Amino acid sequence: MANQTPPNNQPTEEKTGTVEIFMEELGRKPERRQSWLGRFWTSIQIPFLAILSGLLLGSVIIILTSANVYSGFRDGFLPGIKAIGNAIVGAYTPLFAGAFGSPSRIIEALRTGERIGRAFKPFTQSLVETTPYLLSGLAMALGFRAGVFNVGGEGQIYIGAVVATYVGLSFTGLPQAIHMPFAMLAGLLGGALWGFIPGWLKAKTGSHEVINTIMMNYIALRLIEYLLTGPMTRTGSGGMPISNTVEPSARIPMMFDPPITLHWGFVLSIVVAILVWFMLFKTTWGFNLQIAGANKYAAKYAGLNINLWTVMGMTLSGALAGLCGSTQVLGVTYSMGLGVSAGYGFDSIALALLANNNPLGCILSALLFGLLRTGSRTMMSNTGIPLDIVSIIQAFILMFIAAPAIIRTVYRLKGPKESDKQLVNVSNWGGN
Amino acid sequence: MARQMKDLSVRRSDTRKLILGLISIGLGLLVILVFNRPFSSSTVSTFLMTPGGYTEGVMDDILVPARMSLWISGGIMILAGLYHLFVGFGKKETTFLILFSILFVFSFLVYVSADKRINIASLFSSALSMAVPITLGAFSGILCERSGVVNIAIEGMMLMGAMVGSIVGSVTGSIWLGLIAAMLSSALLALVHAWLSIKYKINQIISGTVINIFSTGMTSFISSMFLQNIQSLNKTPRFPNVSIPLLSKIPFFGPVLFSNSLFVYGMILLLVVLQFALFRTRWGLRLRSVGEHPKAADTLGINVYRTRYMAVILGGLVAGFGGAYFSLGSVGRFDEGMTAGKGFIGLAAMIFGGWIPFKAMLAGILFGFADALASSVSILRSPIPGQFINMLPYIVTIVVLAGVVGSGSGPAAAGTPYDKE
Repeated sequence: MANQTPPNNQPTEEKTGTVEIFMEELGRKPERRQSWLGRFWTSIQIPFLAILSGLLLGSVIIILTSANVYSGFRDGFLPGIKAIGNAIVGAYTPLFAGAFGSPSRIIEALRTGERIGRAFKPFTQSLVETTPYLLSGLAMALGFRAGVFNVGGEGQIYIGAVVATYVGLSFTGLPQAIHMPFAMLAGLLGGALWGFIPGWLKAKTGSHEVINTIMMNYIALRLIEYLLTGPMTRTGSGGMPISNTVEPSARIPMMFDPPITLHWGFVLSIVVAILVWFMLFKTTWGFNLQIAGANKYAAKYAGLNINLWTVMGMTLSGALAGLCGSTQVLGVTYSMGLGVSAGYGFDSIALALLANNNPLGCILSALLFGLLRTGSRTMMSNTGIPLDIVSIIQAFILMFIAAPAIIRTVYRLKGPKESDKQLVNVSNWGGN
Repeated sequence: MARQMKDLSVRRSDTRKLILGLISIGLGLLVILVFNRPFSSSTVSTFLMTPGGYTEGVMDDILVPARMSLWISGGIMILAGLYHLFVGFGKKETTFLILFSILFVFSFLVYVSADKRINIASLFSSALSMAVPITLGAFSGILCERSGVVNIAIEGMMLMGAMVGSIVGSVTGSIWLGLIAAMLSSALLALVHAWLSIKYKINQIISGTVINIFSTGMTSFISSMFLQNIQSLNKTPRFPNVSIPLLSKIPFFGPVLFSNSLFVYGMILLLVVLQFALFRTRWGLRLRSVGEHPKAADTLGINVYRTRYMAVILGGLVAGFGGAYFSLGSVGRFDEGMTAGKGFIGLAAMIFGGWIPFKAMLAGILFGFADALASSVSILRSPIPGQFINMLPYIVTIVVLAGVVGSGSGPAAAGTPYDKE
């Protein structure tokens, strides 16, 4: 078996103490110098090829499920090939047009100065869709940096959204400058609580956060079902799980005139990303958080209280997810329903890992996911290819990101195998 | 070190005693003070003991005087709580917990059905069928984790199995071919999981997430592209109920236990096989040793990789069997997201059952019971919303994992890729 992974790839066992790691670092050869372009390529080749391969495999599925392709091949080989081409072009053209807007319309609008809103509507819609992805992706990235695997994003988003909704509709007469931030903050705190519980359980009892956050997701879901059919239900909804709409004073203002529905929550999410990046990489606090996440033995040696940092990591991760829920309610839907999170909590795991858990990288990968999602809506209405193709593509991207060795083998990359570090550092199951 | 450990465990069991004792007293007070309140001494709860439509194994209805029985059971609960607080049940704690829960559930049933009728037999029989996917999910998890591979992809595998089972069952018209296809499709996903996590050594939780996202996407994709438009692709025959001769004539137990879908019997058969194979055969010993200490197992000449591949693929087959229950065993078609988290609850049942098939099945039945209770409570329009009863399995799992009740430690090497040096 060709499993000559270097020692630093191994799961931390008892004997891998700080001293050994230190000696290993001392003995490491300096890396070969590359031009900045080469270094840039090395750093992005895996994510880039992962996205490319994900889109390719997505097209394979589109081809395989296209009836035209089969009837094309029945006519002969060439018509079959042509049908494949048509299927791909037919699917991806509306995808791009839906995500970025149609180029001709944009040029037309810029030239004449009319109908600018309509021309830029698709792209700004992608940005609207980017916002929840970015915030939930940041939640995951921060969690991974702190060494916790937060699978509970979905539940935290739901709780954040419902708390924000509650604050948004139960206070009346407040000025917007107070009500809106108040509702956002309440949602954030709700999510933080939902992240704190598994974090505290992990620190206190050692029970694994993955299973606990999954359980918390379902508890949240049931709680929301109860609230939306019971105390918080919309008057006259007839048993549908949906809440009343929040007060106008609690809504996040729009950035442009209609028909563009981009809200300031988008700018907020970018600011939060920069803030998280700054906290993680430019402050002692962030350094400590990352040490606690990367190597708990080293962190213990450095005198850090691991439990504290675990709880903090989970709580902050939950807070960001809660913020995601509240911006969705206060900026997009204005009322709480069961569809408030379209799987952001799970998709964001792929998103964060695609960005190598870097908050600034998250902006780019959230943009990609937002574009894909918005574009696929247009694709669905034009070609009938279901929206879910995006999930499939995302699953492939996550797979390739997590197993770069596949990419290296497929594309015959020469890159050193040592650089395939563990993407996440998560403790064992069952509290070992 | 050892002494410290002992101190720790003593302290832990003390807090546990305190918490459990206080909870018991609290629940007992709840029964007496809250449940009992609205009833007069003549209030009667009616328990129907035969599921609707059964002519064999009929049993008469039981009339329970509500007030008296609540006083008695609440009193016993408080006394037991006090005893546990000051003396302690020691090693009989599990028995105490089980009996206590039964008493509490009984009081709850009396409470919700006062002046009304509740069909206990249907409750148990639907609890048993709702337990099937949960238990099979737990079995799948046990197979994987005992060999050292964490599998959170059970949910996705079940979903895929449910869909493929429905399609193949509809196209061929054969339930057996549908079942086989369902099992093979989720074994294929299991193979991918094994390949990613054993060969490429990627984090097993991420690999599981990949499969879950993929399955959710793929099944919804195919469902909205084909199944919703072409009815003939999604209309499969179902597994019929099979009554076991003689046994099904026993009052109450006959209809509940011995007149079921083949999935229920399959689950019990699998339980026997799995329990025996894991703990009484060389195969099981090897599988467990790979999950506990792969290096030692390797030294003794056991092929760690092959064992893990085998276990994960077997786990996939079992998960596919569980997935087929949704379409082939229950409703006869596939709906998007129809597994509704049962795979994850299966994981919870596995943990609650301490990675032992028999206990995991009991946990699965318990969780199934909570589901069944929730739906019958919402029919009875009780003041306690069904959603809160639905929450119980999740809360119980968190409590179990936290070590307040039972132990929460699984196979030592679960989640760790093995590097052969």
